[in-house]
Amino acid sequence: MAAVTHPSTGPQLEITQTHADVTRDVVATLERPSRGYLLLLFSAVGLFLVGLTTFGILVKDGLGHAGYTPPVFWSVYITTFVFWVGIGHAGTLISAILFLFRSPWRTAVYRSTEAMTVFAVMTAGLFPIIHIGRQWIFYWLLPYPNQRYLWPNFKSPLLWDVFAIGTYLTVSTTFLVFGLIPDVAAVRDKVTGWRKAIYEMASVGWQGTDNQWRHYNRAYLYLAALATPLVLSVHSVVSWDFASAIVPGWHGTIFAPYFVAGAIYSGLGMVLTLIIPLRRALRIEHMITEYHFDNLAKLTLFTGSILFYAYAMEYFIAWYSGNIFEQTTFFRRAFGPQWWAGWTMIVCNPFVSQLLWFRKIRTNLTALFVISIFVNIGMWFERYVIIVSSLSNDYLPWAWGQLNPTWADWGILAGSFGWFGMWFLLFAKNFPIVAIQEIKEMIPMPRLRGGHH
Amino acid sequence: MARARRSRKVPGILAAFTHLDAAVDAIRALRARGHRDLVVYTASPNHEIEEALDHGVSPVRLFTLIGGLTGCAAGFGMTIWMSYDWPTLVGGKTIASIPPYVVIAFELTILLGSLSTVAAVGLFSVLFGKRGVAYDPKFSDDMIGVFVPARPEQVGATEDLLKAAGAVEVRHEAA
Repeated sequence: MAAVTHPSTGPQLEITQTHADVTRDVVATLERPSRGYLLLLFSAVGLFLVGLTTFGILVKDGLGHAGYTPPVFWSVYITTFVFWVGIGHAGTLISAILFLFRSPWRTAVYRSTEAMTVFAVMTAGLFPIIHIGRQWIFYWLLPYPNQRYLWPNFKSPLLWDVFAIGTYLTVSTTFLVFGLIPDVAAVRDKVTGWRKAIYEMASVGWQGTDNQWRHYNRAYLYLAALATPLVLSVHSVVSWDFASAIVPGWHGTIFAPYFVAGAIYSGLGMVLTLIIPLRRALRIEHMITEYHFDNLAKLTLFTGSILFYAYAMEYFIAWYSGNIFEQTTFFRRAFGPQWWAGWTMIVCNPFVSQLLWFRKIRTNLTALFVISIFVNIGMWFERYVIIVSSLSNDYLPWAWGQLNPTWADWGILAGSFGWFGMWFLLFAKNFPIVAIQEIKEMIPMPRLRGGHH
Repeated sequence: MARARRSRKVPGILAAFTHLDAAVDAIRALRARGHRDLVVYTASPNHEIEEALDHGVSPVRLFTLIGGLTGCAAGFGMTIWMSYDWPTLVGGKTIASIPPYVVIAFELTILLGSLSTVAAVGLFSVLFGKRGVAYDPKFSDDMIGVFVPARPEQVGATEDLLKAAGAVEVRHEAA
């Protein structure tokens, strides 16, 4: 595949590979890792160990090390939880929603975004457990018949979250693994020795027979159809953790679509951060081309613009409502003690995304990479601002307090990036990061009589 | 019976094609001669081959529906039953308050619908799939494979048909 630039419509997809080229090129990504890859992997493992050590200290001594300051008892851990859940959303958007829309550009990138989804949600799932303090009794959140005959409170959005995140993790993992089976079989047929035995097991007897494809295709369609409302619901449920409370700055009807758009935006930022260096490290520049980045950037621009509208509406409604608590909260977001966080969010999200109106920027990978870093930072700060600024200044001014994050907060945050990066890199080196069978589906097979169907 | 079926190889002919139209022609000709138990291997799904084979719609959808409905019923059933098992007034809402329980029922609909879909593929592809038929690693790369179960007296004519259609390789598979 290659990208050719058309003067009026921008980069277009031009397929020059054969089926055999696709298998060869993707299998080549699974060969001996380069020095750059190992450096990235060791850095990720190092960061993860920082997080693990911090977590060990928290388990031993308790949450007192973290910077919780009354009345701010949801802080960096919940911020990071929402951040990672959000990251996962772009993956399912690209793999499921764009599958239903039959968008051809998703094929080369969807596997990496799906993997990103699974590992991001896996990372997010750790945070409520870290945050609850006594981690060894986290299972109290689950509905099981305990010795006190108590059941969880199903009217609480926090419990909805347990179900939403649990379902999302299970379904996105199923979707990823299910999609991998034919590709793992293709790898099995190319490699030798002990690797062949492992891929043989992982391919669960896949041979690509007409019967297997018949059931597989139908099932993939239904999985996509089920994953589509799921992805839209998950961040809506996360947003209700906030919106169903009466805390100023949280109690907004706009929250569900605002959070979903923000989640997809942040996920697209992370997709760009991951695949721009990865395509070079795995030498698949000819498979993930300018065409794909142009489309990813357009989607980033679209969701960034929805965020622009949502931010503007939040401030407008705070003023228009005449509610002094709302007005004070939003005034302090921009001009209060943590004004720097408020402005980081405003600059990095709605404003930086508007640069993507220019095709030159959308097709310049260095610019896109820099923008993606701004998106990641901006979206982490968005959650920080929503959570921390609202809790800092509630209805009782005498109870106001400012959060001061400590080493325990930053250690866990850094560890989460290490944990996520470690799994993603291990995946990229051991499984096809580009979907072999879907790309082959786009390449017409040769015909004796020439022409296309 | 199942064990015997698993351990025995099916005798027949395995042909490899590089051209799609040649493979489709071969499939149509074989079906016209009454071969209904062909196995066709492709690296990616192909609708022309699907049409030539004329399979019905996969029954997987039924499992999706049953799984989804079970999840939905389980979601409402669990939340309502648990609410009445230890009745506590929360937030001024009724004991069993349906709107918040919709979230749980929705999530379980998706969860069980998805898992039953995948389980159905496993069931139909592995458990009820054809076993003991020949395979070649080239079929996951760039070739189309057609396996025709054939009795000794059918072998000659079938081989001629496959070669005439454009098979680049034809192999006999003994029992």
